[in-house]
Amino acid sequence: MLLYILKRLVTVTPVAFGVSIVCFLLVHLAPGDPLSAVLPADATQQTIDEMRAAYGFDKPLPIQYAIWLWHVLHGDLGVSIATGRPVAQEVGRAVINSLILASVATLIGFTFGVFFGFVAGYRRNSILDRVASALSVFGVSVPHYWLGMVLVIVFSATLGWLPPTGAGPDGSGNWRPDFDHLRYIILPAVTMAVIPMGIIARTVRALVADILSQDFVEALRAKGLSEFGVFKHVVRNAAPTALAIMGLQLGYLLGGSILIETVFAWPGTGFLLNAAIFQRDLPLLQGSILVLAMFFVALNLIVDVMQTALDPRIERA
Amino acid sequence: MTAPLTAGSVALDGNITAAPDAPEAFIASRGFWGHVGHRLVRDPVAMAAGILIVIVIAIAILSPWITPMDPYKGSMLRRLKPVGDATYWLGSDELGRDMISRLMLGSRLSLFMGVTPVLIAFVIGSGIGILAGYVGGWTNTILMRTIDVFFAFPSVLLAIALSGALGAGIFNSIVSLTCVFVPQIARVAESVTTGIRRRDYIDAAKLSGASAFTIMRVQVLGNVIGPIFVYSTSLISVSMILASGLSFLGLGVRPPEPEWGLMLNTLRTAIYVNPVVAALPGLAIFIVSISFNLFSDGLRSAMEIRQ
Repeated sequence: MLLYILKRLVTVTPVAFGVSIVCFLLVHLAPGDPLSAVLPADATQQTIDEMRAAYGFDKPLPIQYAIWLWHVLHGDLGVSIATGRPVAQEVGRAVINSLILASVATLIGFTFGVFFGFVAGYRRNSILDRVASALSVFGVSVPHYWLGMVLVIVFSATLGWLPPTGAGPDGSGNWRPDFDHLRYIILPAVTMAVIPMGIIARTVRALVADILSQDFVEALRAKGLSEFGVFKHVVRNAAPTALAIMGLQLGYLLGGSILIETVFAWPGTGFLLNAAIFQRDLPLLQGSILVLAMFFVALNLIVDVMQTALDPRIERA
Repeated sequence: MTAPLTAGSVALDGNITAAPDAPEAFIASRGFWGHVGHRLVRDPVAMAAGILIVIVIAIAILSPWITPMDPYKGSMLRRLKPVGDATYWLGSDELGRDMISRLMLGSRLSLFMGVTPVLIAFVIGSGIGILAGYVGGWTNTILMRTIDVFFAFPSVLLAIALSGALGAGIFNSIVSLTCVFVPQIARVAESVTTGIRRRDYIDAAKLSGASAFTIMRVQVLGNVIGPIFVYSTSLISVSMILASGLSFLGLGVRPPEPEWGLMLNTLRTAIYVNPVVAALPGLAIFIVSISFNLFSDGLRSAMEIRQ
């Protein structure tokens, strides 16, 4: 097993390297100088040159990349052009908020997705199956930022039950697990949960239907095992894949939360990215994308290893 | 699949006793796409979705001539009229412009920005994937490992990161969405192509002296394009949502051009005054997106592709 983990680490390294190159080049995709947004229009050439030298923009690209990578590997993501604070600090705070939101959403999506998937897989072509299928199509087709707005319209603007935006009553940027903060996470988490719910329901339905059609289920029933006993076998067979998809969905939600975080003004990475883009704060943009992408790579790796550990049918090649 | 062959040879022999085979031979003679079309027509959900898509495309094409009112002309006195208003059938927006006219004209940009990236990515991604899958070896390794890097970004993040770096605008949005879909289509194209490159008919073509390019164009393309196409149609729904999402964030279309995502964004301020009108553009995105999804699902089962 340890050997397998090592092998996977080796294959993931070039990908991580590639990701860092893409993140680095992002800044240079941008039209104009990365500093043009912060420098006043009447800055003298001397000031511009000094700033360029201070940020290292005067050196050739490969050298800039090497210097940047060296700093990144030491946990230094640079300094935000807009606020002057270290990017790592800003991103770190935001990532925690995003992670909380994405985890709660994944949990909700997983619970309902698995439930609908099992019901649909067990009762193929029944009304419940149709409802579950419709829900999963809804989940992948609905523009989630719009769903968020609709929920705000219904539960905040009309009924007044839940707060429309923010992460807490004090307006502070840190979410805590108490009753007041809980009310704030419900709407964004439910909105976010709809996508993984649809995908998980669809996958689990196919999985369960496939498992139920296999010979060993027939054999279990033939030997007189109770339906609950058979159910336990189905669960054990479906679990590795379902859990793997849950893990991947968490990664997608974390990276794709920007639209929902914008709708709900949730103080996470999406919100930070939004600010970085519109203030043309390129180090912040670069840093937050790098952190999110690396998180996604790491999560993929963990999911892969977990799945191999859980499912003896997968060869550790 | 031998049915058409036997039926054909029987017909050549002039043997009339083969009559019981006739209906089967008739169906087979439609050819593959005829088959797909036949199954699709009998799938009510896919047909309904297809008809909806056709209607929306027709509205998008005709909108400059059929909008009931000027979609750009606002009136401060008639802001945020409710749905069912005598003049404004679907209400008016935050600047007093007619919603139904703007929704109709907005379908142009929303559809264009949703479909174009998938079309371009379909061409580029198929090219990369088929090349990697057919040539194999080092070419495959280099191309596919590069593609793996792009898979390390969740698609929403990649789209927003690229648009954010390139700057707002219709062209930049299309470029960044294309970059999101090329790796996904290339990966599917590569796996389908790898699956058929060892088949006998490829060897037969090689032995007959066909060049590598001819084999890729005729034998490979003909056999892999179906699955790649179906996969690509399933991306249109995501692309619509993402394209409007970019405009929603202010990274796509700029005001006063009507686009559903942008309209949704500017109407956010109106959710307390006139929530139904504020939600309309999103409903439009949703209807088109779900239609593309259902149609793509129907196409998949009509082509009997297992996913």
